Amino acid sequence: MTAETAPASPPDGSAPPDGSAPPRTAHGGTLRGRLQQLLALGGLVVICVVFAVADPIFLSYGNITSVLFATVVIGTLALGATFVIISGGIDLSVGTGMALCAVVAGVLITDMGLPIAVGVLGTLLFGALLGFVNGCNVSVLGLPPFIATLAMMLVAGGLALVVSGSAPIYFDSTAYTDISTGSIVPGTDFPNAVLILAAVALLAGVTLSRTVLGRYTYALGSNEEATALSGVDVRKWKIVVYTLAGLFTGLAGILISARLGSAQPATGMGYELQAIAAVVIGGTSLNGGKGSIGGTVIGALIISVLNNGLQVLAVPQEWQNVILGSVIVVAVWADLARKRSIR
Amino acid sequence: MLTDTRPLLEVEEVSKTFPGVKALDRMRLSLRHGEVLALVGENGAGKSTLMKLLSGIHRPDTGRFFLDGAPLRPTGPRHAQEMGIGIIHQEFNLLPDLTVAQNIFIGREPRRAGFLLDRRALDARARELIGRLGLPLDPHRRVGGLTVAQQQMVEIAKALSHDPRVLIMDEPTAALNDAEVRTLHQLIRRFVRPETGVIYISHRMAELTSLCDRITVIRDGQYVATMETAQTRVRDVIAKMVGREIGTGTRPRPAPAAREPLLTVSGLSTRTLLRDVGFALYPGEILGFAGLMGAGRTEVARALIGADPVTSGTVTLRGRPVRIRNPADAARHRIGYLSEDRKRLGLLPEDGVDTNIALGALRERFARFGFVRDRAVGERAAELVSALHVATPSLDRPVRHLSGGNQQKVVLAKWLAKDCDVLVFDEPTRGIDVAAKEEIYRLLDTLAQQGKALVMISSDLPEVLRMAHRVLVMAEGHITAELTAAEATQENVMHYATLRPGRPGTRPAPSPASDPAGTPEAGTR
Repeated sequence: MTAETAPASPPDGSAPPDGSAPPRTAHGGTLRGRLQQLLALGGLVVICVVFAVADPIFLSYGNITSVLFATVVIGTLALGATFVIISGGIDLSVGTGMALCAVVAGVLITDMGLPIAVGVLGTLLFGALLGFVNGCNVSVLGLPPFIATLAMMLVAGGLALVVSGSAPIYFDSTAYTDISTGSIVPGTDFPNAVLILAAVALLAGVTLSRTVLGRYTYALGSNEEATALSGVDVRKWKIVVYTLAGLFTGLAGILISARLGSAQPATGMGYELQAIAAVVIGGTSLNGGKGSIGGTVIGALIISVLNNGLQVLAVPQEWQNVILGSVIVVAVWADLARKRSIR
Repeated sequence: MLTDTRPLLEVEEVSKTFPGVKALDRMRLSLRHGEVLALVGENGAGKSTLMKLLSGIHRPDTGRFFLDGAPLRPTGPRHAQEMGIGIIHQEFNLLPDLTVAQNIFIGREPRRAGFLLDRRALDARARELIGRLGLPLDPHRRVGGLTVAQQQMVEIAKALSHDPRVLIMDEPTAALNDAEVRTLHQLIRRFVRPETGVIYISHRMAELTSLCDRITVIRDGQYVATMETAQTRVRDVIAKMVGREIGTGTRPRPAPAAREPLLTVSGLSTRTLLRDVGFALYPGEILGFAGLMGAGRTEVARALIGADPVTSGTVTLRGRPVRIRNPADAARHRIGYLSEDRKRLGLLPEDGVDTNIALGALRERFARFGFVRDRAVGERAAELVSALHVATPSLDRPVRHLSGGNQQKVVLAKWLAKDCDVLVFDEPTRGIDVAAKEEIYRLLDTLAQQGKALVMISSDLPEVLRMAHRVLVMAEGHITAELTAAEATQENVMHYATLRPGRPGTRPAPSPASDPAGTPEAGTR
């Protein structure tokens, strides 16, 4: 992150000195955007310090690795959800969609015996197809995103059971499980899944901040009608956004099944809400138009750090969700309070 | 009661300022007992502000209201009702899924045992009221299934159920046909007794003269005059309504000799409002659209760019027929639309000046392989910002922080970045201060001189007359006149804007010199 300082800007609405070209900060690096991330980052640091003080085990290499590993699935889903939410939508289907994609991977690789590369590609495309259907339901049929993706959540959850016969599909090949659990870093056991998450997060960040798709994603969420009247084909771009989220769902399906060594058709429900929680904690507004990939990554980390730290401290399982829920309230409230103070 | 000396309702030197706008400036008004008083004025003259003050939605900055000589200080719509002020707004406040009876007594439902709704009592009271008013309404009908005229009757019944002393009606006939207007007027005459009075806001000169005792004209938030209907001619009222001075030398310079039209629209109709709208637009000209609120000017623009569905109509662009199904199509054909509602329809308020400017042309001009070329965006934005004199501290300043005039310039810059040939300006100077207005005018002139074809929709008549090379006047979804700059006077435009078209003989050829036809010399009461 560059530490470019904002110029001493005059108060709102005042004119600049005559003739001077207005200064410009790098796009996506506005002061507001940075503050948003700083807030979440500060929260993450505070939580880490508290846990580290409470139990030094927390900072051990093994524990940090396992926190990162635990972030992978939620983090991947949250990346896709970030796009959808910034565009002003919501996607409830990513949890069961992920389970269905895992099953599809199992069918392609274990049942049909296709090469792993083909199976992975097929699964990613299948995930994108799920998102495409969501996008069409929202954009062409005009269903509210909540309803369209709620329906998809049920359909995908059901199909996962139907296709798999309600039984897990196991992967025999370690080449497949190595996608998540192997390590390409020589001499360590640092899991590939974390590296994959880092890579796709980077990709998502660049897409969101540097591409036409990213710019339109913000525009859709900021003011869809004005965007349409500006000549942007909003229908098409909405479909693209949901399709992208579906792609991440497919990837999450691969990562989770590779980690478990099996596709578990009955899992998935509930992941979508954790993903949304990560996005929201990261400072993305559910009203759309605002948010960042950096924030989402931090949000996902906060969730897994909390889960992990509370386990380390032997806080009973049932209390962990209570605390997570409270953190969401505090995080979003802090974000709102900050915005009000800026206004 | 001292009914003869004191007016029923008196507005005394009332002023109200909203941020940037002086909506009412020492407004006066006096309603006598037992009279129907017409309140007329152009769009933005201050009528709706006055209603909002009387219904307690806003408080006056200075000045007072008196009802029967006693000070009246409504604190909210409910209080105003209790004090005896009944207001029927142009936009109905009805709940479409409830019945007529439920709507009339909403919030005052008769109850049993304190919390159970008493349906029987509700229906009985509604039936009694409707019978007393002589309205052809069934209390059990769902309001959503009624015609507009019947819904209006429900509003009237609702207002009269409070037994108001003063009934204020805002454009009650805007959506009614002749027979329905007659029924409404009979109802009003029946309501008016020595202890009550009606303020009737309308643009339709003909019906004012048949219904109202006196006519009060307001303009720019100020009181202008009150006239006895019997001794007043319609043209005098119109003259008082528009009576603003226009600066000399502000006539538009002649448009270049028209060659081929750039854009031709014909037979444009929509389900709700527009009927057979057709016009041609030439390069280098500013074509003005004048008309009253709701005449259909904005609807023409939205139908043209594909933002609203049309039932018929053809568009020819550069000699070729084109189909424009949505704004993206319009933009592809280089037709830009600058909405009247900048904040809602023109801008991404939270995003920067540069992002807003680049939005329309992002893919074709500011991207390579799907990546935004931020440098190109910045350079072009900086160019346009300095060319249009947008006052902004930085290029990434969220546009909601800018003033109205600067926001408008950003919207304009967006379409210039797209290099549009046809630009449709809908209320380009609404909510903009005078200096910024002048700048916008200069920009429009420059664009026309560069050969762009401009449509200018505006409720500010002097502005249209000053800028437009030709003026189309609309009333109730029809184009009622096409006037050259020379023919377009305020009186002429207002005449055609207050016509009730859609019947034989009301689609006139422009005849600027003659006395407006079909407007009776007033006074038969």
